[in-house]
Amino acid sequence: MLQLDHLLLTQDEFRLTADWTVDPGERIAIIGPSGAGKSTLLSAIGGYFAPTSGAIRWKGRDLDGVAPGDRPVSILFQDQNLFPHLTLAQNLGLGLRVNLKLTQDETLRVEAALTRVGLAGFGARRPAQLSGGQVGRAALARALLRARPVLLLDEPFAALGPALKAEMLALVAEVATETGATVLMVTHDPRDARGFADRTVLVADGVATAPMTTAVLFADPPAALATYLGT
Amino acid sequence: MADSARPLNRVALVPAALLLALVAVPLVAVASRATGFALAPADWAAVRFSIFQALLSAIFSTLLAIPVARALARRRFAGRGALITLMGAPFLLPAIVAVLGLLAVFGRSGMMNDFGAMAGLPQVSIYGLHGVVLAHVFLNMPLAVRMILQGWQAIPTERFRLAASLGFGPAEVARHLERPMLRSVLPGAALVIFVICLTSFAVVLTLGGGPRATTVELAIYQAVRFDFDLGRAALLALVQFAICAAAAGLAWAVVRPAGFGAGLDRQMALGAPRGWRQVVDVGVIGAAALFLLVPLAAVILRGVPGLFDLPTSVLGASLRSIAVAAISTCITVSMALVMAVAVASRARGAAIIEAAAVVPLAASGLVLGTGLFLIVHPFASPTSLALPVTVLVNTALSLPYVYRLLLPEARALAADYGRLADSLGLQGFARWRWLVLPRLARPLGFGAGIAAALSMGDLGVIALFAGESQATLPLLVQQLMGSYRMEAAAAAALLLVTLSFALFWICDWGGRRAAA
Repeated sequence: MLQLDHLLLTQDEFRLTADWTVDPGERIAIIGPSGAGKSTLLSAIGGYFAPTSGAIRWKGRDLDGVAPGDRPVSILFQDQNLFPHLTLAQNLGLGLRVNLKLTQDETLRVEAALTRVGLAGFGARRPAQLSGGQVGRAALARALLRARPVLLLDEPFAALGPALKAEMLALVAEVATETGATVLMVTHDPRDARGFADRTVLVADGVATAPMTTAVLFADPPAALATYLGT
Repeated sequence: MADSARPLNRVALVPAALLLALVAVPLVAVASRATGFALAPADWAAVRFSIFQALLSAIFSTLLAIPVARALARRRFAGRGALITLMGAPFLLPAIVAVLGLLAVFGRSGMMNDFGAMAGLPQVSIYGLHGVVLAHVFLNMPLAVRMILQGWQAIPTERFRLAASLGFGPAEVARHLERPMLRSVLPGAALVIFVICLTSFAVVLTLGGGPRATTVELAIYQAVRFDFDLGRAALLALVQFAICAAAAGLAWAVVRPAGFGAGLDRQMALGAPRGWRQVVDVGVIGAAALFLLVPLAAVILRGVPGLFDLPTSVLGASLRSIAVAAISTCITVSMALVMAVAVASRARGAAIIEAAAVVPLAASGLVLGTGLFLIVHPFASPTSLALPVTVLVNTALSLPYVYRLLLPEARALAADYGRLADSLGLQGFARWRWLVLPRLARPLGFGAGIAAALSMGDLGVIALFAGESQATLPLLVQQLMGSYRMEAAAAAALLLVTLSFALFWICDWGGRRAAA
């Protein structure tokens, strides 16, 4: 279980608090206005932003001081999820071994992961030769290989069209189900939250509220969410 | 969003500490050996001449650069790109080669005096103040052009469009757009050139000298080499360091990084002014191109006939120069890379590394050389250590340039891919192997090229240490000139400039190839 225990994030004028837990295998959407701190919250869980106070725990273990790569976390950023100078196979291979000295078995797993996300035979290509959707698929394939128990999505599909985005989220849901991963997904779009997440966190006015059942939240939005949605 | 401050990679402190020691230890040696605090009248004259010639060189270089930069900014013509590239060449051109080229054009038996004689004009001598300033303008005016041109390109196109929509003529454009830009760019450009000219050695050694044209840098050399007055040399070195540190500190505070490879090919939205301004621009560009090209062509023309009966000492000198350049380039680039990557990671304590990377800008070859001479002298013959000392000093002096070249690239790398690499746990050797080296191959190659060419062409500390059998190629050229074997000197200079640019090209090409 992922626990944010009296977490306080600050930077200059910015402040954000969070105090809640998420169960393993849950899918959580994080919604709220720009600049409210959605990405910062994910950065803190990923290990890129040190909390001012409070703790982030995974299964009771405090993650304070644990390097990003050593956390039980995979993260997909808004962009630059792949190294442009490496092939897809190398990009995926880094998810298994950072020195890229893969065993035969691991090489087969890389190919299988590419096949799983519909990129069979693309291993020798570089990211520049792929479409936006394919780049997203490749990044997901790497998350699949790393099989970390927490998957953080910082709007990696924001640049895709609605149909493609829905397709990618469906793929994320499949991957998460296969690996049993907890997913936290930042989004601007209420439809993404409704379609993907059982529960939703609202980030506004310096607080990341405890996750609420998505349907209930949107049926009777609190003032901050209503303002954001324009309803 | 800020990264969380992480601990500094200790490894990065090693090159920083080495570099600081490389500057500090010679300085301490110099300070402890300096005799008295009073400068002799001749030394005061050297201080005055140092500052005066650097001032004149800086002023002429920047003032002459303004019309050239303006013409290049607003005109498009065939060969413009090549000319801008050529403007980058004098920075890498061995100063001794530039001097030979200028002698061929402006010297006693040079073209200008030949033309002058035909017109019945008296002979003009290139030696002394005006020769030193002429050579410094030749070497630095192109640098000023590139800096000012960058200022011009930095004015947003929209600004020019707005000016056109308001019906601005060239005079109003100059007043509202160009002069404010120049006010912000010129002081920095002038200061950078001022510092370069303060520490210039080869030019003053060959074109200056005597009671009326000796700089502090040259006076240090003479005190060691001719008078063997080490106490006085040490005192002069201290003075030189104080002057350079003050000027370099000022320059560091004022100057924006010059940027070598920035895109200088922006589309001009507006038609450039026609009429007499076009005529002037054409004349200015033509004159600048001639000023740069004719001396270089003269080196080639004079050098080629002598190529086949070069003294045999040229072979050894060339090999020594190449070895010195290769070793110091490897050290410089490795150190600069580790330091730039550490600073770009914004780790705690990175400020120390950043400071270490700029400190050598305040030192000159002869200051460091004198310090090292004082340290070595009691234990070993300085001549036997001439080449290792040259490697060290070249490393210290070229590192700031390579570092400043790499830093923005390392910053971009950290911003673009730092988090991704961290999320995958890509650390240590694997991070260098799969991320840093492949992504930075291009600037690394370019930086190595600059370090190699600077080291190859450097004539400074080697003159202080070397005997006959340790001479590098630039020193050999100078020795041949000193014994009036001008044809052999020109041939050796041609070889030197060819080797310098070949080294630059190989490094740059290697970087591009690795990056592709």
